[in-house]
Amino acid sequence: MFDIIVLGGGPAGLSAAYSAWKAGAEKILIIERDKELGGILNQCVHNGFGLHYFKEELTGPEYAQRFIEMLKSTNVEVKLDTMVLDVSENKVVSAVNSVDGFMTLEAKAIILAMGCRERTRGAIAIPGDRPAGVYTAGSAQKYLNIDGYMVGKRVLILGSGDIGLIMARRMTLEGAKVLACVEVMPYSGGLNRNIVQCLNDFDIPLYLSHTIVDIQGKERVEKVIVAKVDESRRPINGTEMEFDCDTVLLSVGLIPENELTRGAGIEMDGRTNGAVVFENMETSLEGVFACGNVVHVHDLVDYVTAESARAGEAAAEYVKSGEKNAEIVTVKNGEGVTYTVPQKIRRTDNKFTEVFFRVNRVMADSKINVVSNGEVIATFKREHMAPGEMEKIIIPKKILDSASAEITIETKCEG
Amino acid sequence: MKEMICIVCPKGCHLKVDENNDYSVTGNACPRGAEYGKNELKNPMRMVTSTVKIEGALLRRCPVKTSVAIPKGKMFEVVQALNSVTVKSPIKCGDVIIKNVAGCEADIISAKSM
Ligand SMILES: Cc1cc2nc3c(=O)[nH]c(=O)nc-3n(C[C@H](O)[C@H](O)[C@H](O)COP(=O)(O)OP(=O)(O)OC[C@H]3O[C@@H](n4cnc5c(N)ncnc54)[C@H](O)[C@@H]3O)c2cc1C
Ligand code: SF4
Repeated sequence: MFDIIVLGGGPAGLSAAYSAWKAGAEKILIIERDKELGGILNQCVHNGFGLHYFKEELTGPEYAQRFIEMLKSTNVEVKLDTMVLDVSENKVVSAVNSVDGFMTLEAKAIILAMGCRERTRGAIAIPGDRPAGVYTAGSAQKYLNIDGYMVGKRVLILGSGDIGLIMARRMTLEGAKVLACVEVMPYSGGLNRNIVQCLNDFDIPLYLSHTIVDIQGKERVEKVIVAKVDESRRPINGTEMEFDCDTVLLSVGLIPENELTRGAGIEMDGRTNGAVVFENMETSLEGVFACGNVVHVHDLVDYVTAESARAGEAAAEYVKSGEKNAEIVTVKNGEGVTYTVPQKIRRTDNKFTEVFFRVNRVMADSKINVVSNGEVIATFKREHMAPGEMEKIIIPKKILDSASAEITIETKCEG
Repeated sequence: MKEMICIVCPKGCHLKVDENNDYSVTGNACPRGAEYGKNELKNPMRMVTSTVKIEGALLRRCPVKTSVAIPKGKMFEVVQALNSVTVKSPIKCGDVIIKNVAGCEADIISAKSM
C-alpha cells in the first residue's frame, strides 16, 4: 500500500510528489508512461520557463531537471515507461509495463497529473482534402526537438497559440519558410512576447480574424486557401488568399487528458474540461487530487508548479488526518468569466484562498467583483486582462466568512 | 519613427520610438517601456535555443542554448553553427559545447544532462 500514487511525471507530478514528501508522506510513487520524467517540458527547448518560480529564464528541459534533481534527495519511487490504464473509486491504480506486466497498486491518496493533449484537426473540422503534411504544432515540435527532423519546408500555421508561435520561430531558424500565422479570433491566443519574438522578428505576418477555408493536395499538402471571417466567424466571400505550402501546423488549443478521471466517476467541469476541484485541489472523490494541465490549461509552468505543490501538501495532509469536513462555498462564473479554479471552497482556517480564472475577451481598466447574495463583497482592479493570460485573485478569510454558500466572480470593464 | 509593442509586461503598450531624437519613446505607461524601446532599436538582443545531435544517449537530440543573449542579427549564424556539431553522452546541463559561437560573446551550452 502506497501513501500516495502520482499519475504523470510532468512538472505537475514532480512538484506534487516533492511537496507531498516534504509535508511528511512517506511511500510515494510516480507513474510515467514516457521513458523519462519532465512531461511536455522535454520538447520545449525554448526558454521562458521559471521566471516566477526560480527568478531566472530557463529552457523546458532545464526547468524539469531542477525538479528531477530535487526528487533525488527524497525516497520518492518512479516507474517509467509505465502506462496507467485505470483508477478505481476505492483508489486502486491499474498500470502496465514490459517489466512488471499488468499490476494493481493501492494507495491512500492519488494525485492526477496527466497533463493535456492537443486539439486535432478533426476537433475543429477544416474543409478540404486530407493529404499528408497536416500536423499539430506540438507533434511537429516533438519530431524536431526530440527526434531531430523537420516536418516541412513551407509552412502555414493555423491558430496563434504559443506552441504555434514558438514553432514558427524554431522552423524559420532551422531553414523553413513560415508563410503566415492565421487566427480566427480578432486577438492572438498567445503571449505578446511570443508574437514579437517569434513572428515580428522574422517578418511572419499574423492574420487575425482569418481562417483556412480549403486545404488542397493529392498526397501532400500543396496549397492552402485562407479567408477573412466576419463577426460570427464565417468566411467572407472574395477575401480569399492562396498560399503554396507543403505543411500546415495546427495550434488550436489543448484539452486536458481526463479519460482516467472520468473512468473513476469524478465530477467534471464542462468549461475547464477538467475535474471540479476544491481549494486544496481535491476532486469530488475523497482522497483523489488533481493538478496542472489535467485540471485546466496553464500558460506558465510556474503556476503549474505552485498549484501542484498545494495538491501534494493536501494529499499528505489527507494521508495523515483524513478528510476535512467543512461547509462548502460554490464559486460561479459571472459576466466575462469563462471558468474558475477552484470551483468549490471549503470553509477552513486558511488565511486566504486563491481563485484562478480566465476572462472571455480582452479588457482594459476593469474590476473583478466577488458577489454574494447580489452584493459585491470584494473588488480587485486590473489594468489589462486577456483570455490568453490566467488571472488570479486572493480572497482573505474575512471576506469568505462574510459570503453565503455561493459566490460569483464577475468582471466589469470600464475602459 | 518606429512602432513596436512593449513585451516587458503583459500590458503590451504600443510604443513609438524616434531614432532621430535620441531614441525618445512615447506610448509607454512606465519607464521600463522607454528602456525596452531604446534597446530594441539600438541593440536588440535575443537568447537562442536549439538542439544538437548526440550519440550514446537515450534520445538523439540534446537541447542547447546560448549562455547569454546575442545580437538579434546573429541568430541565423548561431543556429547554422550547430548543424555540424555532434556531442557524445554523457553530457551535463551547463557544459560548454561551442565557445564564442559565431564570434559572439556567448557560448553554446547544454540544457540537459544526457
Ligand atoms: C508546446 C508548449 C509550450 C509551452 N511553453 C511554455 C513557456 O514558454 N513557458 C511556460 O512557463 N510554460 C509553457 N508551457 C506550459 C507548461 O509547459 C505546461 O503548463 C506544463 O508542462 C504542464 O505540466 P503538467 O505536468 O500538467 O503536464 P505535462 O507536462 O503534459 O505532463 C503530464 C505527464 O503525464 C504523463 N501521462 C499522461 N497520461 C498518463 C498515463 N495514463 N499513464 C502514465 N503517464 C501518463 C505524460 O506522459 C506526461 O509526462 C508550454 C506548454 C506546451 C505544450
Ligand atoms: S511600457 Fe511599462 S506598462 Fe507598458 S507594457 Fe512596457 S513595461 Fe508594461
